[in-house]
Amino acid sequence: MTPTTADLPAHEQVRLLKAGELSALDLVNAALDRIAAVEGRAPSLDTYNLEPGDLDKIHAFITITADEARARAHQVDKLIGEGEDPGPLAGVPLAVKDIFCVQGTLSTAGSRILGNFTAPYTATPVSRLEADGAIVIGKVNLDEFTFGSSNESSAFLPAVGNPWNPAYVPGGSSGGSAAAVAAGEAALSLATDTAGSIRQPAAFCGVVGLKPTYGRVSRYGLIAFASSLDCPGPVARNVRDAALALNAMAGPDLRDATAARVAVPDFCAGLEREIRGMRIGLSSDYAKLKYPDPETGELVEQEISAEVQAAVERAAQVFAGQGAEIVPEVPMPNTRSGIPAYFVISRVEAASNLHRYDGVKYGYRTPDQVEDLPELYRRSRGQGFGPQPKLRILMGMYVSAEQYEKDYYDRALRVRTMIRRDFERAFDPEGQYRLDALLTATTPTTAFKLGAVYGDSVLMQYADLLTVAANHAGIPGLSIPAGLDSTGMPIGIQLLGPDFSEAALLQLGWAYEAATESEAWRSIKPLVLRSVAVEG
Amino acid sequence: MPENANTELARSLDEATFRHLVKLAALELLAEEQVYLRGELNQQMRAIRELEAIQIDPGTPITSHGVPYTLETSPGLRQDEHQPSPEADDILAQAPEVHERYLVVPDIPHEDLE
Repeated sequence: MTPTTADLPAHEQVRLLKAGELSALDLVNAALDRIAAVEGRAPSLDTYNLEPGDLDKIHAFITITADEARARAHQVDKLIGEGEDPGPLAGVPLAVKDIFCVQGTLSTAGSRILGNFTAPYTATPVSRLEADGAIVIGKVNLDEFTFGSSNESSAFLPAVGNPWNPAYVPGGSSGGSAAAVAAGEAALSLATDTAGSIRQPAAFCGVVGLKPTYGRVSRYGLIAFASSLDCPGPVARNVRDAALALNAMAGPDLRDATAARVAVPDFCAGLEREIRGMRIGLSSDYAKLKYPDPETGELVEQEISAEVQAAVERAAQVFAGQGAEIVPEVPMPNTRSGIPAYFVISRVEAASNLHRYDGVKYGYRTPDQVEDLPELYRRSRGQGFGPQPKLRILMGMYVSAEQYEKDYYDRALRVRTMIRRDFERAFDPEGQYRLDALLTATTPTTAFKLGAVYGDSVLMQYADLLTVAANHAGIPGLSIPAGLDSTGMPIGIQLLGPDFSEAALLQLGWAYEAATESEAWRSIKPLVLRSVAVEG
Repeated sequence: MPENANTELARSLDEATFRHLVKLAALELLAEEQVYLRGELNQQMRAIRELEAIQIDPGTPITSHGVPYTLETSPGLRQDEHQPSPEADDILAQAPEVHERYLVVPDIPHEDLE
């Protein structure tokens, strides 16, 4: 089976472009044709009523910048015509999560309160990807302000469908990113991960998602959720593409004081290196945890899905088969505290960041007649925010109130230290475990159905159970596809490593891809693509 | 007294506290929204209460950034120089109401101090 242009990996698209077999315009047009074939009606702020056919389509894009993309493609083709180097991502169609500012483009955060906001500047990771030749073809949907794990909380509906079965959620908050990449609507997406928002949707949609180390990629131009946890990173169709994208976006930035001044390696250079001797840990603390029972909502100790756990164990065998050393029973006892601590820390930071939306400087202002400024604030925010931002503001204010701060916020920050110490112990080069990476499932289950969880903010938060610890600790995490479950939905596995160890994680991810290249599940296409006519 | 003795808070969010939070948050809420939000906040508090059961060594410091934030890895300070924004007009164009480059707001209530 020959993949169509839109389904080619980004690095393959670039190779064909540089070989003169395809133009940048061909690449952009292939993505736009695919969008036309699978997208369905565009998500909007209008009152939403489910229509027949909504559950067959992807609905990933809030904004499609077709004209700008074609104009940029012409520029890339012109550069090539003049014998210039168009860059390592030349012509690659890029979908930007609508939480990043792109100058002159609607930048909505999936919220009514920014529904009319046109960004006056461009986020650093976007401009760096563009500088490497990538072409922004549009802005993709997300949970409102990234607050969710299913994309259903966006103010822009219909909700994004999972390309493997559009009646299922794509995950979140970067659901539009993962769905667009899985469906061939873009070869790459720029997304963000605050508790798992890159890795969880990547797992649900059968694509690669990389949350870099906190500080590896600038947050300048990212609409803030939880500033100590937010990480921009790529969603891609394979590990090499993720490495190429990270090459483009990583590095210090004077406009973000938390963007770390550390050396940036070439993440592609060591991909194919042998993994012999690398130490990969397994932890039963990632296989059995306390999370809400889906029926009763009660927090109970339970094992993650057997099919997902089996994929982790199979992957360990694959790594062992290539000479990696598998280290069993690495204790990660504080993993289970990740969500409770996150409920506190992320809400406090979110409440602080959401105070800027006031109906005065930019964004939504109530059209109602109001008496005075406080009423303007209350009404604009009441009408502009959906339920999830409201919940986060209220909880953040509650747990940081002076009389409760010590019991909750302060306590959560100490638990965060304990989570970080679990990883430091596991990765300590002088310690007992000396891991290069910890191998876990990305999610406790595969994708769930649209409507199955949304509304229950506790159950939804626990979708990030296995990913959030990396955000608390700041360490990098890579989710890669590792098979399909018995219903045909993708399973993701996760590799976690020490600070700034993305190159090693990508190397392991590439080794896994190479070793499993011929497995039958890799030739199965997402459901929405099975009916798409094969184009050139 | 153990560190987790504040069980009163843990019980549930009462009506008065909820109203106070809504006021501080500057949110006008519909009646049905209030029911949903208060219910969810109480559910979330049940998850947050899991923190109370964790034994924390007394000397454990707080972590506000997972990755150590050091002088060596943080960018140097910028020069203290005036840099005009090139996009001032684009920024102003985003404001809901502007008059001669001033943002327009309704009446700002104030009290005269004695």
